Amino acid sequence: MSLRTSRPVNLNLLSMRFPLTAIVSILHRASGVLLFLAIPLLLWVLQTSLQGEEQFLGITDHLDHLVWKLVIWLVLSALLYHLVAGIRHLLMDMHIGESKQGGRCGAQAVLAISGLLMILCGAWLW
Amino acid sequence: MVTNATAFGRSGLHDWVWQRISAVIIAAYVFCLLGIFVLHPHLDFAAWRAIYATLGMKLFSVLCLFSLFVHAWIGIWTVTTDYLKNVSVRVGIQSVVIVGSLLYLVWGIDILWSV
Repeated sequence: MSLRTSRPVNLNLLSMRFPLTAIVSILHRASGVLLFLAIPLLLWVLQTSLQGEEQFLGITDHLDHLVWKLVIWLVLSALLYHLVAGIRHLLMDMHIGESKQGGRCGAQAVLAISGLLMILCGAWLW
Repeated sequence: MVTNATAFGRSGLHDWVWQRISAVIIAAYVFCLLGIFVLHPHLDFAAWRAIYATLGMKLFSVLCLFSLFVHAWIGIWTVTTDYLKNVSVRVGIQSVVIVGSLLYLVWGIDILWSV
């Protein structure tokens, strides 16, 4: 009992850091939830763009607006990140990059590749 | 064996397989759309509508929407089961997500068949 009560307690949460693999994992989840919330927006864009010439041009006009551009870029970024992180999952299902070091390398690759794709996507939009 | 009424499949393995099959279909659809945007940098309304008027694109789109329904159900179920400990809150949100995903699927089919 005395062992239990004298056990050291670490109350400083800032001294704990997530490993890179955990950050990549939580971002995969967060981007998935964001994409789910974005489904109605994407369906609305598809619906409006297919309704007629006027509506189609209205959507492309919307895309010139900064706020809309940022929203679309955010959604596409979440999609790109989720896609790249998902491909890493499929590779790990095939026993590629399953070791501790392999997992770290994979996590770094996901951040690097998706970051590059997000920049390219932004360049394409602007 | 642990079972949960709001899970998509009958078992964890069942969900695992469906999550991956649906992921591959959605990824293929994203690459297809990307290919369209790259091949037609100045896509106008007539070309855009013509693409969606083909039966092949309609079927692929419905397949993608169905995959999205499955993938969202499994994914949101997993995340909410991990973080929401209150049973009524969790089952409530999971039910809304399942019904919402189904509505998105029907809405999507309506969009595609009005072209």
